[in-house]
Amino acid sequence: MKRRRWVFLAPAAVFGLMAAAFYWGLGLDTMVLPSPLIDEPAPHFALPPLPGHRDGFSSADLKGHVSVVNAFASWCVPCRDEQPALNALARTKRVPIYGIDYEDKPADALAWIGALGDPYTRIGADSGQVGIDWGIYGVPETFLVDADGRIRYKHVGPLTEADIHRTILPLVARLER
Amino acid sequence: MIDEIGHFALVLALCIAAVQASLPLLGAARGDGALIALARPAALGQFIFVAIAFFALMHAYAVSDFSLVNVATNSNSNTPMLFKLSGVWGNHEGSMLLWVFMLALFGAAVATFGRNLPPALRARVLAVQAMIGVGFLLFVLLTSNPFLRISPVPLNGAGINPILQDRGLAFHPPCLYLGYVGFSISFCFAIAALIEGRVDPAWARWVRPWTLAAWCALTVGISMGSWWSYYTLGWGGWWYWDPVENASFMPWLAGTALLHSALVVERREALKTWTILLAILTFSLSLVGTFLVRSGVLTSVHAFAFDPRRGVFILLMLAVYTGGALTLYALRAPRLVPGGLFAPISREGALLLNNILLASAAATVFIGTLYPLFLQVVSGQRVSVGPPYFNLTFGPIMVPLLVAMAVGPMLPWKRGDLWAALARLKLAFAATVVVAVATLAIAGVRSLGPACGLALAAWLFAGTAVEMAERLRLFREPLGDTLRRAVRLPRSAWGMTFAHAGMAFVIAGITGSVSWTEQRVVAAHPGDSFRLAGYTIVLDDVKNVRGPDYTALRADMRLMRDGSLVRELHPEKRFFPVENGTASDVAIRTNLVADVYAVLGAADGKGGYTLRLYYNPLVPWIWLGGLAMAFGGMVSLTDRRHRVGAPARRRGQIAAPTAQAAE
Repeated sequence: MKRRRWVFLAPAAVFGLMAAAFYWGLGLDTMVLPSPLIDEPAPHFALPPLPGHRDGFSSADLKGHVSVVNAFASWCVPCRDEQPALNALARTKRVPIYGIDYEDKPADALAWIGALGDPYTRIGADSGQVGIDWGIYGVPETFLVDADGRIRYKHVGPLTEADIHRTILPLVARLER
Repeated sequence: MIDEIGHFALVLALCIAAVQASLPLLGAARGDGALIALARPAALGQFIFVAIAFFALMHAYAVSDFSLVNVATNSNSNTPMLFKLSGVWGNHEGSMLLWVFMLALFGAAVATFGRNLPPALRARVLAVQAMIGVGFLLFVLLTSNPFLRISPVPLNGAGINPILQDRGLAFHPPCLYLGYVGFSISFCFAIAALIEGRVDPAWARWVRPWTLAAWCALTVGISMGSWWSYYTLGWGGWWYWDPVENASFMPWLAGTALLHSALVVERREALKTWTILLAILTFSLSLVGTFLVRSGVLTSVHAFAFDPRRGVFILLMLAVYTGGALTLYALRAPRLVPGGLFAPISREGALLLNNILLASAAATVFIGTLYPLFLQVVSGQRVSVGPPYFNLTFGPIMVPLLVAMAVGPMLPWKRGDLWAALARLKLAFAATVVVAVATLAIAGVRSLGPACGLALAAWLFAGTAVEMAERLRLFREPLGDTLRRAVRLPRSAWGMTFAHAGMAFVIAGITGSVSWTEQRVVAAHPGDSFRLAGYTIVLDDVKNVRGPDYTALRADMRLMRDGSLVRELHPEKRFFPVENGTASDVAIRTNLVADVYAVLGAADGKGGYTLRLYYNPLVPWIWLGGLAMAFGGMVSLTDRRHRVGAPARRRGQIAAPTAQAAE
């Protein structure tokens, strides 16, 4: 009988742990978080192109100029939100945008950029490994890389026009100086 | 003035809820008839005042009263009336008021239709429900008040997100909330049973119709949400395993399990403590969903603008309601008289298997949804669990569930014979094999996956049909007798048939969507034509048109087959100047077996337009199946045994044909 009682206590105990995790989670800001990679050189990688595209995306592309690196996936719903903002940024031709197509089916990715516009100078198809090197834990994520190939800024979640005008473009200008 | 009346009515509703949450409980404990009797009028009063508040806010939206912050930030005088009204719940504050309104509605429904419940049980149920009401009313008044004024009053409002300007918004959230909140009644019954220390078949019979009603609403809500994302997001996706979708799916899985386990309590007095736990968990998952969506701990497109205070408040409510309920469960459940053991091969054994699989499925979705959060708390790392995880873990649990779903209803209660049941399913076996072979023959031998999917759907559909045919003694007795049987058969049997057959259609629809969707992305000029899955699509013209609060590019297209017109298609790309946003209005032509789906994309500046054309075979079945499931639930709801107020003694007589048919 004693043993039986513990079984009935289990749901409450599990819930207690869960509620504690929730409370902890509340304190964490999902949008801003320090990346250990800030000011570190971007990882070395070479990603293959999407089918039908000529170029993939590799670390060599990042040298010599400031670049925006955007991780996206066709299965990622928030990515849809930021695509208009990225397209607008691409139209200004201010800074090249590189895409990491994260854990995605290439055909879906092609349909996706066909539907929502293709702001990317180059896209690399990543099965997950390169994303880990970049410290990507969820898409969309956007990085700013300086001319020396060091990661200088990381944005988590969809970019808005406001983010681009208030944060990304001023930072690009500062990094170019 | 009306706004103040609404605000004040909400405060009054809170006061009434506080009374309803305390005195009837005291009365039930002391056997004080006067206090027990207080529960009913209190529940009705609470409902009336919440309704006043709700309609006051709706009035403010209808007349575009921008002196309310909520209206000014979420509506505009140019917004069409339908979207002004549905805009009430297109934002956090208003949707919480809708939530509270539904909660009060269910309380009033129990007060009105629960006349056959023992007064003390009814008082306890209503008191527990009022406790939930107090929490949510406080939440609305303290952190999410839609009646706050703004000064100076803006000339016009900021408008509503273009993607929400859709009929879907008018129906999807109310159905969803009706489901979420409806499960609060099962929760309250569970708590009342724990307080009374008694769970018996009568209890199961009382709680089942409420669970069923909530389940139907949630089924419709989820189906409509998925349909909405199918035609709104503009690329034919209908399910993303997004945290918010999962938040509605978890209570659905748990609620489905609860429906089935309550049957075992009703018929065999077994699985009692498990059913109580499920009732608690089902509503708790609704609360967790609310927490996830409103607190900002997980990112999602559906997420509302959040405020950390709200997250803490909802977490507090979660701790009080779920934590309290589970503590009560730990204290009282061991004292419930345990039910009898039963044979694994029997109807109740099959229902237990159903519960194990559904609970595992819910756990899988739960872990996938919350894993990123838990991992971050434990290790500080952040990961994302995308559809790959869910496809890998959820699918394998569904397969045995679907296989067993056809067999379970063939097994009699108490002791069944698996081989005999399988032997009676030989027609279903045959159908499964035929469908699998036909799929391989038509689609090619490499399409093993889709062949399995369709075979599974055929197995479930044919199994369900065979079971019903046997009950009706179709083709074994004269047609007249069969018809007479069909009329006399309990409605719940018909309900099950519809619901299980609906599930078969959903599986077939998913298989079609995953395997055979054809798409073409083309740069088109007026006059061009394209071929897609045997159709020819002609783009005649693209024009600028004006809507009530948007301007749009509108394509005139013709869908042709064998040289004759099937239908005109007019996809639009809309621009909303007030909200500075775009939305695409896709054109879908469905023949209920397959959809032709056309989206107008951007102009290339040289007279051409991007067109995306899809052919989605079997996809309409996903929603048709979903609606069939909900319809089955509603048919079952009209069953005599569930009709609240039906004398319990009649039960034996009505149930007799079922037992007979199962022999």
